[in-house]
Amino acid sequence: MSLLLILEQGLNGLQFGVMLFLMAAGLTLVFGIMNLVNLAHGSLYMVGAYLAATVFAWTGSWALAVALALVGTLVAGVVVELIALRTLYERDHLDQVLATFGLILFFNELVAILWGRAALYTSVPAALAGYVELLPRLRYPTYRAAVILVGLAVALLLYVVVARTRLGMLIRAGASNRTMVAALGVNIRLLSTLVFGGGAALAGLAGLMAGPIYAVQPGMGEQILIQVFVVIVIGGIGSIRGALVGAILVGMVDTLGRAFLRPVLSTLIAPTAADAAGPALASILIYVLMAAVLFFRPQGLFPARG
Amino acid sequence: MRRRPRALVIVAGLLLLALVPPAAAALDQPFYVDLFRRMMIFALAALSLDLILGYGGMVSFGHAAYLGVGAYAVGILGFYGIESGFIQWPVAILASALAALVIGAVSLRTSGVSFIMITLAFAQMLYYLGISLETFGGDNGMPLRTRSRFGPLDLRNPYAFYYLVLALLTLLLFLGSRFVNARFGMVIRAAKSNEPRARAIGFSPYRYKLTAFVMSGGMCGLAGALLANQTEYLTPDFMHWTRSGEIMFMVILGGIGTLFGPVVGAVVLLLLEDVLSALTAHWQIILGPFLVLVVLFAKRGLFGLVPEAGERRG
Repeated sequence: MSLLLILEQGLNGLQFGVMLFLMAAGLTLVFGIMNLVNLAHGSLYMVGAYLAATVFAWTGSWALAVALALVGTLVAGVVVELIALRTLYERDHLDQVLATFGLILFFNELVAILWGRAALYTSVPAALAGYVELLPRLRYPTYRAAVILVGLAVALLLYVVVARTRLGMLIRAGASNRTMVAALGVNIRLLSTLVFGGGAALAGLAGLMAGPIYAVQPGMGEQILIQVFVVIVIGGIGSIRGALVGAILVGMVDTLGRAFLRPVLSTLIAPTAADAAGPALASILIYVLMAAVLFFRPQGLFPARG
Repeated sequence: MRRRPRALVIVAGLLLLALVPPAAAALDQPFYVDLFRRMMIFALAALSLDLILGYGGMVSFGHAAYLGVGAYAVGILGFYGIESGFIQWPVAILASALAALVIGAVSLRTSGVSFIMITLAFAQMLYYLGISLETFGGDNGMPLRTRSRFGPLDLRNPYAFYYLVLALLTLLLFLGSRFVNARFGMVIRAAKSNEPRARAIGFSPYRYKLTAFVMSGGMCGLAGALLANQTEYLTPDFMHWTRSGEIMFMVILGGIGTLFGPVVGAVVLLLLEDVLSALTAHWQIILGPFLVLVVLFAKRGLFGLVPEAGERRG
């Protein structure tokens, strides 16, 4: 186990972490302001991935694919918010969970009808193909490096918007007291739709970047959604900072666990036992982490104020 | 005499279920014995969820996990040659109750949305654990060598198995109604409607809730043991999170907090799935919006429409 391998896997963990963050940020903001649990957030991720893959296959232009996927998920998010979710804000969480579960079934099936159930594989855009040499002898795929950069840039941008702008001030105010903000004359419905659309676009961004790395198929959204839940629970619900820390933590633990748990175990116990236990343990590692965090801090690492 | 329409519906419903096998035999449609047995097994799972969801307000979104643990207990014991149901089923109940104890102990420290997400995440964890168990079929699952053996009672006889499931369902409906009206159930319901107040009058809701959670898990484990015998096949899909969603939908569709509602919900949902999937392979595109509409406009559920004893119509 060389140092280079550890570094490379660490970068993979970071890459997975920033994608989790893009998902978690939208979900946690929507929850913070509208008190809405949106299981269909994963569906927007899927829509983003499909739109980008399709446009890229048709036109061959990655820039066009990115633009259309972002706009497409934003529009899809706003439409879903206006039609179905708006009526759910005042309902209890059970209703929200079930209704958005219904939306997931709908979206998955819609995608299966339009594109079929088989997985799509898209290629990396030509400009981002190949490798970059980060350190001597450490060659890392350019595309994944770009994903990391985009994710970190979005995180920074989000921080600036939420902490430094008027819009961000309204978002924070809405999260701490929705009724009061409305009473002060802010159009909270418009704000909700804006935040929801923004969250949808972030999910779409994660989805379109995921396309060339993972398989694009119906149900891909839920796989990541549940990991995003783990992120949010660890970070503290409603907190952007928590989402970032939780996402990097979960991305790292999951990736490094999958890469190194088996070899590490085989130095401790019999190799055959390690072969059996390693993958099993690696796949449940993030849930164990979640349980451990909750045991000591039931509100998560960075509980949102309010 | 007071009118008790709900009791009437329950008795009529159970009688109808009892009449399914002779009717299926008369119509020469043995498939329906299989379908309705499946419905009753899921009714049992939905009933176990309703106990904590409807009465305790615990939105467990990972109930399929206990279904899976119960099924795997039967499958794994069978794999090692222990085929007696007298061992398999109690182990299934204990194993899933134990899983519920661990999961409940952690997740009940939180409430609201975190609780939903955590129960979902733990169920997903068990799902991935099931996938990684290569010895027991991994991703593909494995066939059960034989249904559980109960001495003279032969579960390979579809009718015997059917009436066993019906008897268990009836028994657990009865126990459930005793449970929710007992002091213990009252504490759970008090904690649901106002937890600080329940604490103020001297109860420690956490322990009561955890106990209810464990009981519910054990009961769902029994449903899992039945399901393994029903399908004679074992797969991690029993624990897939959509299954948890389905079970929860059964509770809402039938009527949350009514005990018999989940039975109605299970029958209607599986019947609907059966009819829709015969119509089109893309039946979920109809089921999804249907679910949304039920949640938005029919929150009381089907059984909730039946007036309670003494309640006036309209």
